Amino acid sequence: MAERLDVQKTYKLFIGGAFPRSESGRTFAVLAGDGSLIANVASASRKDLRDAVLAARSAQAGWAARTAYNRGQILYRVAEVMEGRRSQFVEELSRCGVAAPAAKKQVEQAIDRWVWYAGWCDKFHHIAGTVNSVAGPYFNFTMPEPTGVVGIVTPDSPALLGLVSRLAPALVSGNTAVVLTGEASPLTAVSMAEVVATSDVPGGVVNILTGETKDMLPWLLGHRDVNAVDLTGAPDLDAATIAEAAENVKRLIRGEPNDQSPYVIADFCEMKTVWHPVGR
Amino acid sequence: MANEIEKAGTKFSLDYAPALESTSIVSIDDEYGLFIGGKFVAPKNGETFKTVSPSTEKTLARIASASAADVNRAVKAARKAHTEIWGPMSGRDRAKYLFRIARQLQERAREFAVLESMDGGKPIKESRDVDVPLAAAHFFYHAGWADKLEYAFPGRHIAPRGVVGQIIPWNFPLLMLAWKIAPALATGNTVVLKPAETTPLTALLFAQLLQDIDLPPGVVNIVTGAGATGSALVEHGDIDKLAFTGSTSVGKQIQRSAAARRVPLTLELGGKAAHIVFEDAALDQAVEGVINGIYFNQGHVCCAGSRLLVQESIAESFVERLKNRLSTVRVGDPLDKNTDVGAINSAEQLARITELVAAGVEEGAELYQPECALPERGYWFRPTIFTNVQQSHRIAREEIFGPVLSVLTFRTPEEAVSKANDTQYGLSAGIWTEKGSKILWMADQLDAGVIWANTFNQFDAASPFGGYKESGFGREGGLQGLSAYVSLSTPKGGS
Amino acid sequence: MVTLPPEAGRLVGVSTEVESPAGSAVFAPRSRSGVALRVTPVDQVGLEARASTFTTRSIKTTSKRAAINLAISCIDLTTLEGMDTPGKVAALCRKAVRPDPSNAAVPSVAAVCVYPQMVPVAVQHTAGSGVHVASVAGAFPSGQSSMAVRIADIEQAVADGADEIDIVISRGAFLSGDYGYVFNEIEAQKIACGPAHLKVILETGELGSYDQIRKASMLAMAAGADFIKTSTGKVTNNSSMPVALCMAEAIRDYADQTGEIVGLKVAGGIRTAKQAWHYLVLIAETLGTQWLTPDLFRIGASSLLNDLLLQLQKLDTGRYSGPNYVSVD
Repeated sequence: MAERLDVQKTYKLFIGGAFPRSESGRTFAVLAGDGSLIANVASASRKDLRDAVLAARSAQAGWAARTAYNRGQILYRVAEVMEGRRSQFVEELSRCGVAAPAAKKQVEQAIDRWVWYAGWCDKFHHIAGTVNSVAGPYFNFTMPEPTGVVGIVTPDSPALLGLVSRLAPALVSGNTAVVLTGEASPLTAVSMAEVVATSDVPGGVVNILTGETKDMLPWLLGHRDVNAVDLTGAPDLDAATIAEAAENVKRLIRGEPNDQSPYVIADFCEMKTVWHPVGR
Repeated sequence: MANEIEKAGTKFSLDYAPALESTSIVSIDDEYGLFIGGKFVAPKNGETFKTVSPSTEKTLARIASASAADVNRAVKAARKAHTEIWGPMSGRDRAKYLFRIARQLQERAREFAVLESMDGGKPIKESRDVDVPLAAAHFFYHAGWADKLEYAFPGRHIAPRGVVGQIIPWNFPLLMLAWKIAPALATGNTVVLKPAETTPLTALLFAQLLQDIDLPPGVVNIVTGAGATGSALVEHGDIDKLAFTGSTSVGKQIQRSAAARRVPLTLELGGKAAHIVFEDAALDQAVEGVINGIYFNQGHVCCAGSRLLVQESIAESFVERLKNRLSTVRVGDPLDKNTDVGAINSAEQLARITELVAAGVEEGAELYQPECALPERGYWFRPTIFTNVQQSHRIAREEIFGPVLSVLTFRTPEEAVSKANDTQYGLSAGIWTEKGSKILWMADQLDAGVIWANTFNQFDAASPFGGYKESGFGREGGLQGLSAYVSLSTPKGGS
Repeated sequence: MVTLPPEAGRLVGVSTEVESPAGSAVFAPRSRSGVALRVTPVDQVGLEARASTFTTRSIKTTSKRAAINLAISCIDLTTLEGMDTPGKVAALCRKAVRPDPSNAAVPSVAAVCVYPQMVPVAVQHTAGSGVHVASVAGAFPSGQSSMAVRIADIEQAVADGADEIDIVISRGAFLSGDYGYVFNEIEAQKIACGPAHLKVILETGELGSYDQIRKASMLAMAAGADFIKTSTGKVTNNSSMPVALCMAEAIRDYADQTGEIVGLKVAGGIRTAKQAWHYLVLIAETLGTQWLTPDLFRIGASSLLNDLLLQLQKLDTGRYSGPNYVSVD
């Protein structure tokens, strides 16, 4: 009997909980080190970006309105589902040139990072929020709130851990995300999308677009319904492109690709301060 | 009712005396230089401009106009001070300098208040009771942080940014200076600050105060000038952080410039705050809040409650209460202790307000202004209420930055939220209701950085201030305000 | 149980019986003309902040003399001591009629305020002067007597010549939510007053919050008060600027809603001319200068009068005066 023929995977975009091909019909090839074709991956267009922002906006209020406890459980669920697909992620990283032991370590760290951030959902207010002792008869407190729809450009390396390190903290407070992943290492990003899709994360909360980030970034930075863009993993951009962010006074975030800290959660937050008189 | 009251008694007139605050306490020089490296120096190209009292139109002094070369001198002085003195200095000693500043401001409070009212036109009771005490409080508050930063950001490596460039507006000249300089110095940065063109005097008096307390030269540098001076500061290549308070349009220009050069930036920009009054509110206090919310500082307040959203069931009677209350608001000489509303800051701002009010009338809103005599000289605008305002009117969308209230109505809490959030701004909002759960629901729903519930226009050094959306990013005041002036990173060996 | 006149009891949802149960806390008063009254909540911090702004207004020198004279003419010159005697009351009346013997331009005060037992003496010594005789009655200052006793107390004072009656509300009934009782007792006492004006003391220091003060103000006005008055002067917390503001706002709202005009009397702890200015400013900016008349504004005080006289002397002589230059009665 002949050896079993592999079923090859189609790597598609992830928008609003669905896996469409690019509206443009374009794909790009991901090649192994020896030049052989690993996969054709969908190459997102600016219209895909527009759709993704729309999906993220629709999902944002609902995601933020869930209890922190619930968001924490859902993010933990992502880790659970990912754990079951460890070998797939390791294999994908390996195929893209990460040595097997490093790939294994990276996948484990990525899973653990979801677990770590899941636990922050109902705790980071303790760190980022304050009760402020004002000089008057007022109760005054400051609480972090999600900034809204955030764009995230994932670092090329570490591909999977970098994506999780930037995406997970954005989700903790109730943001929804449009993730741009470059052509260097898109496979784990798409698999991450598949994990998210099967982990009780509501559609639209996470949207992942693979493709040429440089082409999409001007549209993301100029989009007036995007509240913040995380440029941690972004390629060098010309001045005019970054300046687009000023169009709606967008928050630009520049962090470390492999950081794990509650301060990263706060980077994706607005601080809301509430005053109320104290009287009888 | 009027008849009955007239019958009831003879009318007694209670005239308030012009209770003028004496200006003898301030001495204004004819001409001011730039404060660079601890000294007042002449601008390189010799250019000056005049600062005018908006209540008298008299020239108060001539002020040096800093060119790019002057800004460069100031940045160099700040760099040197940062490298050699302020950066290496212990937090404990930085704290002591800040405490000295706070104390000096308290001791010379009256002088600062009078000068502020002369140069900017705001009522003396506000400069005396709000601006100057809050400025002192800001230094006092941040002085205490200077040697405790490791408790502000546990688990992080903390470093100052370095040299920070700061540009402040004309509506709260000394207070905005304090909001900028206090956290910058507390965290170990040195400063180049540009005050607003129309209100430089208290910043220059502050510079003299810094000489008096022996602040090391170059730690704070003050470069006066107009937009070109600001641009030179924004575009300077050796600035490590920029902070700007002012209009959204200028803020966007600065963001364009700073973003491209990856200079960390905080912006505190415009607003069009919704002030929401429910039918179950403590209405008399709500009236005070609404009046204070829009007429405080002539409405030259980025967080002013310029859009009144009042529940339809009480709209008519509430507007009537506002009008009655407005009849006791006194417009006039900023130095009169009885004055509630002072002079408009500049002829340019007066023109802007006049233009937008004309647009309001043009678009069909109904204008109300109380009868009140305005001084002959100076820039003045009557407190104004617009009713029948629609969400699409310019006066409901654009920041007027003057004593002009636009009144809209709503029927349900959901509608109030939707109208309140229907703006590109998100600085502040007000809620008046006696129902606690409704306050918390509204506070959660409103896109604004500061929510005042059953109060308005309260400020405190310990309370972070700043906006959502196009009202800017970053906070000033409180723990959250410190983070703009430090560079945080993962400590060696991981967090 | 006292039989109430047929028109009594206009509280919606509340029994007209005097013994209507406590704890029901139904508060829905109607005005004398039947208007359902709306009572707005009060925020303490905002109220107190607003009240403090009146203290920073400065009165024009040319208005000052008029303001002092006005304050004098609004005084209810008061003595309410167990040790009051006809001699003491006679002296008080003399002072009331002619506050500064050296200056005939100084107006008389509005009224003398005494215990019922002293009413005949006060009537005798103020006769023909235009100074009213006010009497605290109705088991002042606690009100803790039966309705029959209280009504008899009032009727006697009026019969003896008092043309103004200051009564207290039953704070106990009010605090237990028995608004019907309070409404009815005020109404009954108003009827007992006949032609005399009724001032209803809320004893604000015992009501616990500004919300309650506002509520009690509306209730008293609805039940027929000609004046509402802050305090008896017999408890720790007497009139204050925020309390007066709270009540003045209630008076304004009541007038707006019903067209009926009610006066305000502040009492207790008002000793200096400066305090008196503050109240005048408060009234002018809250109710309007129309309320600045003895018909609608009173200050219950005793030592205040001398301080006002000292201020007048300062205006006349340009020198600060001293207590030896006014009579201590």
